[in-house]
Amino acid sequence: MTVGLGHYLSVAAILFTIGTLGIFLNRRNVIIILMSIELMLLAVNINLIAFSTFLNDIVGQVFALLVLTVAAAEAAIGLAVLVVYFRNRGSIAVQDINLMKG
Amino acid sequence: MTLPDLFFYLYAGVCIASAVMVIVARNPVHAVLFLILVFVNSAGLFMLMGAEFLALILVIVYVGAVAVLFLFVIMMLDIDFKQLRQGFLRYLPFGLTVGVVFLAELLLLAGGWVVRPSVAKNVTAPIPTDVGNTEALGLVLYTTYIHYFQIAGVVLLVSMIGAIVLTMRHRSSVKRQNIAAQNARSPETAIAVRKVTSGQGLREQDSAEWVQ
Repeated sequence: MTVGLGHYLSVAAILFTIGTLGIFLNRRNVIIILMSIELMLLAVNINLIAFSTFLNDIVGQVFALLVLTVAAAEAAIGLAVLVVYFRNRGSIAVQDINLMKG
Repeated sequence: MTLPDLFFYLYAGVCIASAVMVIVARNPVHAVLFLILVFVNSAGLFMLMGAEFLALILVIVYVGAVAVLFLFVIMMLDIDFKQLRQGFLRYLPFGLTVGVVFLAELLLLAGGWVVRPSVAKNVTAPIPTDVGNTEALGLVLYTTYIHYFQIAGVVLLVSMIGAIVLTMRHRSSVKRQNIAAQNARSPETAIAVRKVTSGQGLREQDSAEWVQ
């Protein structure tokens, strides 16, 4: 069975599910949650590039580049917020994030 | 099975196995290292699909910057990860249920789905065959999609400024040199000539008056 679009989509689906599962399982650890979000964005990128290749349209790769940019920016901001939060509270447990009483 | 197919299964298998290790690893440093493995293997998948530029960008940006940033933060913060892992098993059944249902839906969608034939005629920018992937991407990125490219740059600039603003702090305990104030000093503000009474020497109230 030759590798086609469905194979890549399946890999992306599995990666996305693992990312979702990571958020469920590590509900206390913000760092692992951020890593899970990176995994989900990577799955999205695999989808975009798979469609770009198999439909012979390069715009998908342009969009994947944008997703890559936003993912890098998100990681930088997320970790900066994490560092500031740890400096103020001395902990990064998700349960303790209740300063705004939301 | 041809060689590219073999490599697809190799990359996909290692990618998924490492992704599982990312979320179940006890040590967050190990999780970051497995995350790097996921990114490198995804770069291999990108390479197999012909997106060479994005594959190398993925290695440079994710492995070179984002993963190192994660490692840096994990090692900089003094966190009790044992305590953060509590509740892992409590959420496992619920998480697995949701995950399996979600994955089954996605795979059903991916398996039973075909591209409509008319889509092939509506391609926006076909991949050129006479130039490489990097050049082909540049040909559309710097012309048709120049505004997307600039917006990406603005996003990066805003995130850079945001990260600096968030993490920079002025500590009052640290004494810094104020060069402008030093250069603005004149002899009038710097020294004072006082007459000390002969035989009396310095007295406490005099020195209190001199030190301003």
